[in-house]
Amino acid sequence: MDKICFEFGIELDDIVEAEPPSTGVEYKIDIPANRYDLLCVEGIANALAVFLQLKGAPELKRYEPEGTILETKVLSSTAGVRPYIVTAAVRNVNMTKGLYDSLIDLQEKLHHNICRKRTLVAIGVHDLDSLTPPFIYSAVKPQDIKFKPLNQQKEFVADELMEFYQKDTHLKPYLHIIKDKPLYPLVSDSKGVVLSLPPIINGDHSKVSLATKNLFIECTATDLYKAQVVLDTMVVLLSEYSDRQWETEATRVVYESTKKAHLYPSLEYRSEVVDVNEANRTVGISIEADVMAKSLSRMGLDSSVLGVDKINVKIPPTRHDIIHQCDIMEDVAISYGYSNIIPQLPPAATVAAQNSLNKLTSQLREIVAQAGFTEALTFSLCSMEDECEKLLQPRQEKEKVLARIANPKTQDFQVARNSLLPGLLKTVHANKRMQLPLQLFEISDVVTLDSQTDTGARNVRKFCAIHYNKTPAFETIHGLLDRVMQVLEVKYPEDYRLTADDDPTYFPGRCAVVEYRGKRIGKLGVLHPKVLQNFDCNMLCSAVEIEIEDFL
Amino acid sequence: MQKPLTERILAYLEALEASGSVSSLKLAQEFKEDHQKVIGAIKSLQSLGSVIQTEQDSINTLQVTAEGNLIIENGSHEVVIYKKTPETGSIPLADLLSSVSETVGKVGLSKAVQLKWIKVESNAVSRVVTSVVDTIQQTLKEISAGSSNATEETLGDLRRRKLISASAQTYLIIRRGQDFTLNIEKLETELTLDILNDPDYEKKVFKPYNFNALGQPVKAGHLHPLLKVRAEFISILTEMGFSEMPTNRFVESSFWNFDALFVPQMHPARDVQDTFFMSVPANCNKVPGDYMEKVKKVHMDGDYGSLGYKTDWKEAEAFKNVLRTHTTAVSARVLHELGQQETFQPVKRFSIDRVFRNETLDATHLAEFHQVEGFVADRNLSLGHLIGVMREFFRRLGIDQLRFKPAFNPYTEPSMEVFAFHKGLKKWVEVGNSGVFRPEMLLPMNLPSDVRIIAWGLSLERPTMIRYGIDNIRSLVGPKVDLQMVYDNALCRLDKQ
Repeated sequence: MDKICFEFGIELDDIVEAEPPSTGVEYKIDIPANRYDLLCVEGIANALAVFLQLKGAPELKRYEPEGTILETKVLSSTAGVRPYIVTAAVRNVNMTKGLYDSLIDLQEKLHHNICRKRTLVAIGVHDLDSLTPPFIYSAVKPQDIKFKPLNQQKEFVADELMEFYQKDTHLKPYLHIIKDKPLYPLVSDSKGVVLSLPPIINGDHSKVSLATKNLFIECTATDLYKAQVVLDTMVVLLSEYSDRQWETEATRVVYESTKKAHLYPSLEYRSEVVDVNEANRTVGISIEADVMAKSLSRMGLDSSVLGVDKINVKIPPTRHDIIHQCDIMEDVAISYGYSNIIPQLPPAATVAAQNSLNKLTSQLREIVAQAGFTEALTFSLCSMEDECEKLLQPRQEKEKVLARIANPKTQDFQVARNSLLPGLLKTVHANKRMQLPLQLFEISDVVTLDSQTDTGARNVRKFCAIHYNKTPAFETIHGLLDRVMQVLEVKYPEDYRLTADDDPTYFPGRCAVVEYRGKRIGKLGVLHPKVLQNFDCNMLCSAVEIEIEDFL
Repeated sequence: MQKPLTERILAYLEALEASGSVSSLKLAQEFKEDHQKVIGAIKSLQSLGSVIQTEQDSINTLQVTAEGNLIIENGSHEVVIYKKTPETGSIPLADLLSSVSETVGKVGLSKAVQLKWIKVESNAVSRVVTSVVDTIQQTLKEISAGSSNATEETLGDLRRRKLISASAQTYLIIRRGQDFTLNIEKLETELTLDILNDPDYEKKVFKPYNFNALGQPVKAGHLHPLLKVRAEFISILTEMGFSEMPTNRFVESSFWNFDALFVPQMHPARDVQDTFFMSVPANCNKVPGDYMEKVKKVHMDGDYGSLGYKTDWKEAEAFKNVLRTHTTAVSARVLHELGQQETFQPVKRFSIDRVFRNETLDATHLAEFHQVEGFVADRNLSLGHLIGVMREFFRRLGIDQLRFKPAFNPYTEPSMEVFAFHKGLKKWVEVGNSGVFRPEMLLPMNLPSDVRIIAWGLSLERPTMIRYGIDNIRSLVGPKVDLQMVYDNALCRLDKQ
């Protein structure tokens, strides 16, 4: 089982004992995100059976009823809230407990997945025999909607209902989709029976039970294409159990605004002509057209040879994931077996080079480590406080350079750091039990705002080092800076010099600006004891932090 | 002045017959020295080579407990009580008890009464006998000195009163060695320049060196383990002909991070739950215009033989800045540049840098991690080439057993997840993702239609944690790093198992 799944491209995650009252084992399977047809047990079973050549792919069909076609009229009022609806009917379904559970489960998974938590599409399945067509899809004032929602004992007015479901953990996440709209979407029948208040809840009247024979499916949507995909996926599951297996009854949707009528479900097959040589080249194999056609049929894509090097591939409505020939070529590869493809190295000879800034960085890292400093690797994201209050820097000034994040889950990810110093001090804090002195460094990117770039921000590569001990030993850090400059062939005092500076992060009179050929590239000095306290460090510390991109 | 203990021990052996032996306990008694000091002296004689021979043995000895030692000092509890009782007359019981410690009072009183030394009448205590002998104290003194002849019954009584305890004592038995001498010279501990200046230095004898201990830890700086692994990856990839891409660009537009890669605008990865969006700078200010139009068309209506996503595509969505969720955003920029060249040249490129995910954090997931990414662009590349590159790359990481699973990824097709057999866990684990970039991504960039690009990506943290057996990512990356682990970290030799 594991091997078959793996080769087919679905992942058998786990096999567990079924929870009572069920017996036997349950297979937990990971499905690729674009294979909606595999979101139910029946879909997986069918696809694997075809893959193992136990049967052929089903032939899905839409038929027009002999009598009146089921019609849904879409009123223009829906345009402002949820403009589309697609519908279908499946008759004479042999409804079992298994199918019922599968139906609910598939609906849930589609809602969560392609329907983007019902924002794009919402599905309603109904007992057709309890309803009186034609249907009306309209948008109505909440206070004018009154019905008994699914599994409730009494009728609610829609605005009450929204209040009522605030306490329902299952439905609460969907309320926001329509809550503040002036009109709520509503599907009802010709007698005014409410089928559903999409995307929230169905009516109780038309609910499906094990006694249901004929089913009506409606999908309301803000994305028409996805609604059709969802509807196709739903009717494939149901029609398997219809007495006209794999067949679905066509229904009509008429738009009041355009007067246009559309037949649904689409259940459309389409064809692609695939070049055999091209497919062979893409996969890296060499198989004949007829072999390729057969392998594609195993993937549920009925294919036939069309001349010498071409095959015609029939793509069923279950395979909405296929949007380009390259998707078909992947199925050629899967069918052939990834493990059967002969590995080869790309023939082109290329001459490799490292990125010059990264190369300089790694050379400097070696030099600083050789000087007795240990490398830290701290986070690029931090809190506003780390950059401002903790370093005794005024927030107003820092806001001019800090790139900020809109949706941090915690305050540790409020900003992209502009300085490496907070990370090193946090590293000291977490390692206070280590023998003194702690000599740490990091050479890494920080982010600064820059209106000259297309994104409005850019990275700056910085070097930061600290000496943490019972005395600040400024001369150690000063010496390290000199050493770095020496290996960069930057000469004192012609190329760089230190000028006394006032900076709130540093102890008064113990801070200097590093100037490289007239440009201020950073600072060094003895850290202000309050800064150390802010990071919960109780010794003294000297530090240097400079930009290094000018040394390229 | 008394001679050093070592010399006194040698003299003692000299006085014995040649094969005679003596125990360290006996020596301690003879010399009236602490046993441990005698052991120390014997050890230093041992270090001279074969001056003496030793063997180890042990006996059960009796030790006087702390309470017993108090009795040696002050007398037994019953004697103390007896002495506190006046020679004539009586003392109120309460006064007597308050003048001694609780133990002495409790035990001493009942023992003294039991021995009929004193009597208690209507809460007053008076003597019964005129003198007593403190046999307990005497016996304890003898035991302490190692010269007791006390009967088992007496010892049992003392043990019950917890005044003595029995324990095994280790001691040494020594006899003359084959180089036995009385003249032990003072040994030199260290070779110094002064010694070399002494004309007789060759005659000096040096204290033997203890090779059974560790040397002094060196003072050194250290590189970070993860970046040591990165350095190895960089050499492997450059050896394989891959050039490094400039990835110093954490803030990226949604356009390059998603849209250019044919990731639909409604894709869950573009949700605020998964991606960090920027508030400042919230939007990017430009995207190459005609290129963006092509991207928009292929998303909305399809193009280049693709149906597209048949859904709306908003420029405003593409302009939203994010913290890049993968370095593939940089690959997209590099490939777009490649598409603008006059003539196409095959390239191999790689990058290793930080990427960001607004994820729920746990022992193996952080909000940022390092992504290793590589691609080969050439005409007519195949899935077979991708498998070949993967096998070669992972072989150099020391991973030979690979298998490939079909997978889905919005910007590659065919796609495959790479699984490696983990020898420790004895199961297949996912180690990377790979695929052939989709035509919907490449053709809007103006790349020739027969150019295929095979690409793959993996995290740097995961193989590093597996290589060094690290369970919690926080002890590897970030400020909570265990510096001792950094200090002790081995060379990164990925090919060595």
